[in-house]
Amino acid sequence: MSDDLIKTIFGRLTLDSFPIHEPILVGTFAVVALGGIALLGALTYFKLWRYLWTEWFTSVDHKKIGIMYIVLALVMLMRGFADAIMMRLQQALAFNGSEGYLNAHHYDQVFTAHGVIMIFFVAMPFVTGLMNYVVPLQIGARDVSFPFLNNFSFWMTVAGAVTVMASLFVGEFARTGWLAMAPLSGLDYSPDVGVDYYIWALQIAGVGTLLSGVNLIATIVKMRAPGMGLMKMPIFTWSALVTNVLIVAAFPVLTAVLAMLSLDRYVGTNFFTNTGGGNPMMYVNMIWIWGHPEVYILILPAFGVFSEVVSTFSGKRLFGYTSMVYALIVICILSYLVWLHHFFTMGSGASVNSFFGITTMIISIPTGAKIFNWLFTMYRGRIRFELPMMWSVAFMLTFVIGGMTGVMLAVPPADFQFHNSLFLVAHFHNVIIGGVLFGMFAGVNYWWPKAFGFKLDKFWGTISFWCWVVGFWVAFTPLYILGLMGVTRRLRVFDDPSLHIWFIIAGVGAAIIAAGIGAMLMQFYVSIRDREKLRDTTGDPWNGRTLEWATSSPPPAYNFAFTPVIHDLDAWHHMKSKKAARPTEGFRAIHMPKNTGAGVILAGLSLVFGLAMIWYIWWLAAVAFVALLATAIGHTFNYDRDFHIPVEDVIASEDIRTRQLQTAEV
Amino acid sequence: MSAHDNPPVHSHEHGHEHGHGHHAHDDHGGAAHGTRKGYWTGFILSVLLTAPAFALVMTGVIADARITAGIVTALAAVQIIVHMVYFLHMNSKSENGWTLLALIFTVIIVVIAIAGSLWVMYNMNVNMMPGMHAEMTSGGM
Repeated sequence: MSDDLIKTIFGRLTLDSFPIHEPILVGTFAVVALGGIALLGALTYFKLWRYLWTEWFTSVDHKKIGIMYIVLALVMLMRGFADAIMMRLQQALAFNGSEGYLNAHHYDQVFTAHGVIMIFFVAMPFVTGLMNYVVPLQIGARDVSFPFLNNFSFWMTVAGAVTVMASLFVGEFARTGWLAMAPLSGLDYSPDVGVDYYIWALQIAGVGTLLSGVNLIATIVKMRAPGMGLMKMPIFTWSALVTNVLIVAAFPVLTAVLAMLSLDRYVGTNFFTNTGGGNPMMYVNMIWIWGHPEVYILILPAFGVFSEVVSTFSGKRLFGYTSMVYALIVICILSYLVWLHHFFTMGSGASVNSFFGITTMIISIPTGAKIFNWLFTMYRGRIRFELPMMWSVAFMLTFVIGGMTGVMLAVPPADFQFHNSLFLVAHFHNVIIGGVLFGMFAGVNYWWPKAFGFKLDKFWGTISFWCWVVGFWVAFTPLYILGLMGVTRRLRVFDDPSLHIWFIIAGVGAAIIAAGIGAMLMQFYVSIRDREKLRDTTGDPWNGRTLEWATSSPPPAYNFAFTPVIHDLDAWHHMKSKKAARPTEGFRAIHMPKNTGAGVILAGLSLVFGLAMIWYIWWLAAVAFVALLATAIGHTFNYDRDFHIPVEDVIASEDIRTRQLQTAEV
Repeated sequence: MSAHDNPPVHSHEHGHEHGHGHHAHDDHGGAAHGTRKGYWTGFILSVLLTAPAFALVMTGVIADARITAGIVTALAAVQIIVHMVYFLHMNSKSENGWTLLALIFTVIIVVIAIAGSLWVMYNMNVNMMPGMHAEMTSGGM
């Protein structure tokens, strides 16, 4: 075949694109391939394909989609953490003339992939998954407003994650840092596929994020149970509402920036280039207009989890509910007024820097108010130190320190010293691990019994908890110290031997966190094995206060046989205190949305389209795009979208629940 | 997506009664509906706002391009409001005020993003690119 023909068929994909000369990647590929084959074989052997397809992949049930989001987050956490361990090892080794074990080309990809994966494919699916699972239950709804869209959003996120993973074995990932700053990410400095992988992974996943934001806003605004006014909404639902408003307002900015960057790379425009009238500083400016709200998109759901957990395990109504709501709203607006603090040093001058420094300090006020509200909720409460509560207390201690170093960074003159240093790296890990991740772990431990009907094992959970908390501090305190000494981030080798010890300590910390992750997986395994012993038949194992604890664990597909009517803020607590009787008759058939495979197909086509665009395989991109449109249009003609759960089925599952409650009381 | 996708959650009875009927459309607080008259008004206003903009550019009656651009921008701004009122049916009552609230929020965010970017980028140009700045201001900005 002629070279032209090969180029037309395969674009810029050649045999050299497969990194067979990198022993680490070949080894990883072998492990992943063997593991993958084993998994696929097991699924086939146990004949699970049909079950997975009909019950999970095509499901429009918000509970199953929420669980799948969290599974995705945990899987990607393993990948992101593997990158972290690699960086820690490299930095601990590369002293005294040693080059370490990673070459610069590979190391740069590792730190970029670590950031991208942890933010977009761990933290985001985690918060979206929890909101998906919990919000409809908390507001007494049967599903989200647009159940098919929910399934589609999830699979688009998966397609984005698969794109990033594909870059590991075919071609390479970006070497630009997690925000792919121009002009480094432009064609002049990054001519390879790396940045294109980055762009298409985020664009595809971004569709999912944006649509799920729209979906959850509509759900919260339109589908609350009768009687649930806005100020009677559980605080987690409030934080979900504000989070999704932020998503809908912020993500289009990211989409636009990445679209302009792709135009620069694909058709030769000059938005962010150094020449031809482009302005790379505009890229930095715009990506942080998205980037700062993104920080709050991640942390606000975690705040919501802590509010629920602290109130439940202190046995008290949340202190200062109204101020919590206003703090959320204030943060929602203020988070759009601080973006420049990410680039004080770029040279906007004193007036601009002072403005953004002051707004940044102001935004710590509502956050501080929330911390005090949690403390006052605990004050004189009967605190039960179950796992979710332990994570919450660890969060408060850790996050306050992270917040304080954040205020230090908010002072523009001081930032000229701190910026781009390991101090900054320590700060944002302090708030993201200590805030978001601890919040998600609190949430998983808190709502697991709701999702699966049994509690998580406390022994392994406690081990995991201590490993994470101790490991976090051992890993990141040295980075604070190094940062204050002026060590910049993303370095691969070091000359000054006096720094060595700190990197070794940080590496030990990462190893302790690894033990924490291992203990968490062990916790899941032991809990599933001992599920009969950990079984909860009441549906309310923690003596909860909000509506999700009113139904059985796991909830039936329809969540509530009757739509509850709300009279008080802590609706379920109110029902229990009034001894409201659970209805046991008068059931009716329930109208529900039907499962559909369209979401999987659309996301699969998007994945093919993205990969084709990355590799310049234009014919495949065109085919995939046309197929995408055809499937989307075809799906609009699918009128077979709903069904009724027959009344006999409702009666049967509600009778099981009645018997469970009777045995639980005995 | 249609209302058929929504599981029925219209219960207005007390206690745990389940109000059935997923087609029960809530007349209060829904989106406003357009009328034929409204669409005609909107259409005519749109034409009246578009035609002068075209005419100004095509004929070039005003010598100063900046004044022309200013007038065209102003007409476009009014056009946005016309579209929102007559085609998107924005008013303070639609969806119990949520549409208006969303609009206000959007305007705030867009103003922050655009005005903020202009302010930030202007200062950066002045401070970081002194040579190019003079060139750019004389270059017809």
